[in-house]
Amino acid sequence: MGEVIVITSGKGGVGKTTTTANISTGLASMGKKVVMIDTDIGLRNLDVVMGLENRIVYDLVDAIQGNCRLKQALIKDKRFENLSLLPAAQTKDKTAVQPEQMKELCQKLKEEFDYVIVDCPAGIELGFKNATAGADKAIVVTTPEVSAVRDADRIIGLLEAAELRNPTLIVNRLRPSMVKKGDMMDINDMIDILAIELLGVVPEDELIVVSTNKGEPAVLDMHSWAGQAYRNISKRITGEEVPLISLDADSGLVSKIKKFFGFQA
Amino acid sequence: MDLFSKIMGRQGPSSKNIAKERLRLVLVHDRASISPQILDALKEDMLNVIANYMEIDRRGTEITLNSDEDSVALIASIPVLKMNRSSQNSQRSARY
Ligand SMILES: Nc1ncnc2c1ncn2[C@@H]1O[C@H](COP(=O)(O)OP(=O)(O)O)[C@@H](O)[C@H]1O
Ligand SMILES: [Mg+2]
Repeated sequence: MGEVIVITSGKGGVGKTTTTANISTGLASMGKKVVMIDTDIGLRNLDVVMGLENRIVYDLVDAIQGNCRLKQALIKDKRFENLSLLPAAQTKDKTAVQPEQMKELCQKLKEEFDYVIVDCPAGIELGFKNATAGADKAIVVTTPEVSAVRDADRIIGLLEAAELRNPTLIVNRLRPSMVKKGDMMDINDMIDILAIELLGVVPEDELIVVSTNKGEPAVLDMHSWAGQAYRNISKRITGEEVPLISLDADSGLVSKIKKFFGFQA
Repeated sequence: MDLFSKIMGRQGPSSKNIAKERLRLVLVHDRASISPQILDALKEDMLNVIANYMEIDRRGTEITLNSDEDSVALIASIPVLKMNRSSQNSQRSARY
């Protein structure tokens, strides 16, 4: 029996879809059987980030409403045959899916896959309820900004109310040079405030844009810092211990951060 | 940092510290929203404990969560009808 993990944040544009694509691809590259579900009905994105947009025939709503068999709606990845995507519906009504149905769908999928990774839309409405309905675990994504951390705090409260206890945190788009100058909150600040366990830190990285342009997740790019961070996070999800080295604003920060992300200093 | 502030030393707190403080304040308020059910349960528990020490007017009790500028306070107004003698005794014995 597999595990359903929802990637959520409250605020839009902090990196949920990027994280879903990279973690899923990372896990698949480790030989795990993985399926991604894009639950952002009306704002389909994950297909493009994965470079699979030309292969879509059926979508999440089709699968749930029985317009096709579930298998028919799953799109196989180009690179890993053990990785699939269940795309969001682009033109259908947002209320076409209800939490009960998502629960059932996740239940079916985790019988066949090791990991079901659910990309959650922004907000705290029906889309959030759908995405979390079938989840066993939650990963909260934030950036080091007041508005994003505030929304993350709200989401953590809602997850707990929904019995999704002990979510873990990914801090995305961290800029070590700004942290060093005292112009960006550091990891400890955010962990203190949110009081949840840190799963990983992903630096700001131009190669994320390049990889999104190409439809190839950065986790496969050995030159990408963000990719390295996502490789570490994927390993941690499987239970492997990849050390987190704490950041401090003292000297040697850059080398510490390099180690933190898993590079040789 | 421009040359002037380099010479003068950094003026005021870093923007990171401003962010932290603003976040702290905003979360104090966000987190202070508590559901009426939970507030009721809290009230029940609190009154039961207090009833061990004094006779109170449960009907006249009011409990609210008050937030102002930078803090949140739980404010309770609980009319006391009678102090229990036993509570005075136990206080005395505790002092002796
Ligand atoms: N670590 C990063 N470095 C640089 N750009 C990033 C990073 N993470 C995300 N982005 C960019 O930020 C934008 C929003 O990311 P996305 O994953 O779509 O967010 P969400 O799904 O939360 O709305 C995208 O253009 C993406 O390429
Ligand atoms: Mg998204």
